[in-house]
Amino acid sequence: MDTEHYEEEKRRWLEETYHSSPEEGGPFVTVSSEPVEPLYGPGEVAGLNYERDLGFPGEFPYTRGVRSSMYRGRTWTMRQFAGFGTAAETNRRYHFLLERGTTGLSVAFDMPTIMGRDSDDAMSEGEVGRCGVAIDSVVDMQRLFDGIPLDRITTSMTTNAPASILLAFYLVTGERQGARFDQVGGTIQNDILKEYIAQKSWIFPPRPSMRIITDIMEFCSAEVPRWNTISISGYHIREAGSTAAQELAFTLADGMAYVQAGIDAGLDVDDFAPRLSFFFNSHIDFFEEIAKYRAARRIWARVMRDRFGAGKEESLLLRFHTQTAGCSLTAPQPENNIVRTAYEGLAAVLGGTQSLHTNSMDEVLALPTEKAVEIALRTQQVIAHETGVANTIDPLAGSYFVEYLTDRLEAQANQYFDEIEAEGGVLEAIEKGYFQRRIADAAYRYQMEIEKGERVIVGVNRYAHEGESIDIELLKIDPAVEREQVEAVRSVRAERDQAKADEARAELRRRAEGTGNLMPAIIDCARAHVTIGETVNVLKEVFGEYREQPIY
Amino acid sequence: MAEKARTKRVLVAKPGLDGHDRGAKVVARALRDAGMEVIYLGLHQTPEQIVQAAVDEDVDVVGLSILSGAHMTVFPRVLEMLRERGASDIKVVGGGIIPDEDVAELEREGVARLFTPGTSTADIVDFIRSI
Repeated sequence: MDTEHYEEEKRRWLEETYHSSPEEGGPFVTVSSEPVEPLYGPGEVAGLNYERDLGFPGEFPYTRGVRSSMYRGRTWTMRQFAGFGTAAETNRRYHFLLERGTTGLSVAFDMPTIMGRDSDDAMSEGEVGRCGVAIDSVVDMQRLFDGIPLDRITTSMTTNAPASILLAFYLVTGERQGARFDQVGGTIQNDILKEYIAQKSWIFPPRPSMRIITDIMEFCSAEVPRWNTISISGYHIREAGSTAAQELAFTLADGMAYVQAGIDAGLDVDDFAPRLSFFFNSHIDFFEEIAKYRAARRIWARVMRDRFGAGKEESLLLRFHTQTAGCSLTAPQPENNIVRTAYEGLAAVLGGTQSLHTNSMDEVLALPTEKAVEIALRTQQVIAHETGVANTIDPLAGSYFVEYLTDRLEAQANQYFDEIEAEGGVLEAIEKGYFQRRIADAAYRYQMEIEKGERVIVGVNRYAHEGESIDIELLKIDPAVEREQVEAVRSVRAERDQAKADEARAELRRRAEGTGNLMPAIIDCARAHVTIGETVNVLKEVFGEYREQPIY
Repeated sequence: MAEKARTKRVLVAKPGLDGHDRGAKVVARALRDAGMEVIYLGLHQTPEQIVQAAVDEDVDVVGLSILSGAHMTVFPRVLEMLRERGASDIKVVGGGIIPDEDVAELEREGVARLFTPGTSTADIVDFIRSI
């Protein structure tokens, strides 16, 4: 059927057949409030050129997947994000997960660690070990990975502003286990741009932060070649309330800003680009999410080849981790979250993710219990081994709807790239509040749609139980954790060779004031048991601190 | 009576180190759209800064959002400091990831109301109007 004939026939079908029965429900929109037609067909994808736009898995433009055999070669990494209380407690959870078949570790740090503060800092009071594990020095990191060989298991660490310091703790932990830097593999999130945009866990102003990141890229490409130096993250942008198109566009724009920063720092794009990876959300709108991942791969491959002139194939690949959407979960009827998470996990797999975290049903109430975590992991195992969706690659390619959405998301992302360019680039757009305002607008619109009943959330604004009391077991963090951790960091300071610690900090300051790579000095601080807060404070004195203009 | 008729002034803030500000900003905007005067203090505020701003701005209500689990430290501290400043007429409300048990305990200690995930902004507006 040619396009013209299709359009004509579709109009006829709509009038004669479709509208013969009334629509119920609606508005028919995605979770991003984008309209959805009753039917998609060849006319909606008339511009699609298989070779140019889809290609084959493992080949340009990688729309169908970054690996030639995808899950037939190797299933995705089942990587459950975990951390709470002390390093010893979290170490027990890691052993629990490894015994049950998790294939990679992912560290959740507490707020003081995320913000580069010691457990005995005044601002840390009440926060120690609460939403993640407390790590003050390399001594805690050694406890965290006790009995876990760092040359064999890979670890992802969700750390941004102090990523260089936690990477140093990890490398020194490996060194003390007998693993060389080039044997250690893993990921640091290290995506500071999305902190200013969405998650708001910054320390230093943007420009020195970008220097720290290029130092890490340079150091790791020479010394730690298996390390993913930045996990460019849309997850938090989405959780903060953005649409799918904004998540896609803002994340890739951040990625381009890092690549440009690396090039501007004098690095060869093919030396660092292969170690950049991505991290996306999987929200509840099934097809929109699948299309988002496919569009992301295609955009990135084209940008890396055509704009940045990357030559190595590995530089063109958008490899990504996915986490199901915490913001889609509900406190009422929490067991329903198991079902939501399963659909979201399935979308990530159909979208070709390289690794996946499935949320636990209770994460909207507290940190997850062992029982809840096990169900979340089992959900992935069911997808991998029972549903059959991993048998063939990119099974939704050629779906009129999915291809249409993939194209639409790509086009919307390109519009956002133009807007960001017009603002003067990512850093200027951050300083002007461009991203923050757009995300706040989308978040507010979404909330109002729920409150007007235009958007149904099961168990919240429909099918709710009056006076429901939630009776699932919740994980409690013992308040003694904070006292123990405060004592522990004080004894680390008391027991170390103080002259060595002072010298390490002095050298870090000299490097920070000059232009030398910071990483070797930060690693020496870690070896000398300088704490995270002490290391950050040296850098704060040189670089200053960031303050945000609050926008709502 | 005159006091009752005046437009409610509400201070919204994110105490502690937690940066998850989606909820705080949505609520701040909903209160503004409902005709209240909103002062949004932003992130990383200490209890001292919050209480100082509440007194300086002469607000009726302080709304705090915490998703990091530090609620059992922050809310009692703010209540205590408001009492010390002779400003215990300022009502404190809050929201975040707060288990039922802790909600009950904090409401016993003097927090006027805690709103957990899934609450509609209309309920928050109604409650603040009523206090």
